[in-house]
Amino acid sequence: MVNAAAVDRREQRVWAALAEIADPEIPAISLVDLGVIGEVTVDADRIHVELLPTFVGCPAIEVMRARIGERLGELAIADRVEVEVSFATPWTSERISDVGRERLRQCGFAPPVMTDELGVLPIAECPYCGSRNTTLDNPFGPTLCRAIYHCADCRQPFEQFKRV
Amino acid sequence: MSATREPPSALKEPVLDMAAREALAELLLGVADDEFVIGFWDSEWTGIAPMLEEDVATSSIAQDEIGHARALYELLADLTDDDADRIAFGREPDAYRHAALLNHARGDWAFSVARRWLYESADAVRLTALASSSWEPLAQLATKMRREETYHRLHADAWLRRLADAAPDVRGRLSGALTRLWPDAQDVFAPLATEEELVRGGYLPEPMRALHASWQHAALPVLELITGSLPAAEPSIDGRTRRTEDFAWLHGQFTMVARSEEGASW
Repeated sequence: MVNAAAVDRREQRVWAALAEIADPEIPAISLVDLGVIGEVTVDADRIHVELLPTFVGCPAIEVMRARIGERLGELAIADRVEVEVSFATPWTSERISDVGRERLRQCGFAPPVMTDELGVLPIAECPYCGSRNTTLDNPFGPTLCRAIYHCADCRQPFEQFKRV
Repeated sequence: MSATREPPSALKEPVLDMAAREALAELLLGVADDEFVIGFWDSEWTGIAPMLEEDVATSSIAQDEIGHARALYELLADLTDDDADRIAFGREPDAYRHAALLNHARGDWAFSVARRWLYESADAVRLTALASSSWEPLAQLATKMRREETYHRLHADAWLRRLADAAPDVRGRLSGALTRLWPDAQDVFAPLATEEELVRGGYLPEPMRALHASWQHAALPVLELITGSLPAAEPSIDGRTRRTEDFAWLHGQFTMVARSEEGASW
């Protein structure tokens, strides 16, 4: 039997390890800051991680699943690592942490603009100069979760992490 | 139950009896095949859409739809102890259960816009219902899918408006395509053999005829501004079993890789 404090320490190690795994499509942000990690359960013999896809058809999911399995396996604190893709808690843009939003901005991605409604507002703040004088070029971009904008002030095209 | 897969959330739900499983399987297969087939028709535009932005948009939408199909096929595979890839790629053309609307080849751009608008408007009504399904795994997936479909609807609405306001030749093509597709569009709501069980269990919260009425009520006023008066139309009994040469061709395309190396995993 494992006592509660030990489980707690193991859980902390799991979260710390997850925070080191980079998003396969935008490596500047970790899976934890992206908000795709749902509930984490650490039992005597297994680690169970809930993985919440940003988009249902996200092709990076299998890569994330493999990396989580590999990294948590290295911790050698449980016999089994289970990664379950789940929609029980839908991933929404609100799940991106403040650190995550800042990291996105630093590498040239506008973080999603938050509004009350799911309405897809053609608003983005240029990650280069901070201007809101931007136009939506295409709500569909190079990956499912990205839209393409243009900044009228610094004349820079940029991508926004889409609001869902 | 398959022992090799990790426990999917479906298995944590209360056990479903045989009739419920059969009914849910029929429902899931129709929705999954719809998303799968329209996704492949959309992908036919990759590289040849009228403008670069639309190459990207149709490809992205296609990827979304096929991703939705995959998630639905996986739910179905868990329910019927089957394999999602086998369901997706291992059937003969006449075993697919997509609506007749999706039987047609992609046609010209106006035809694709017309079909996409008809499909998206109908799918929105259906997804809203499925989001309150009593079967949690389906309700959860539909809730997530709805958020993504919002973008598809905006895209379809924008193009419908754009072509409707364009030169008479363009508007004529759009109007012709909508009129031609109108009868088959009804079949997104074609009655299901197990529908009584689906509604009784709350798996499908409203019968197809009620969803069909909601859709027509919302879609007709928009469509008739473009096409003029459309004939009365109802879903048909064989609305999900009629197949065409066009679809047989598409089936040949999307199963090509799977057939080249049977049983391979990717």
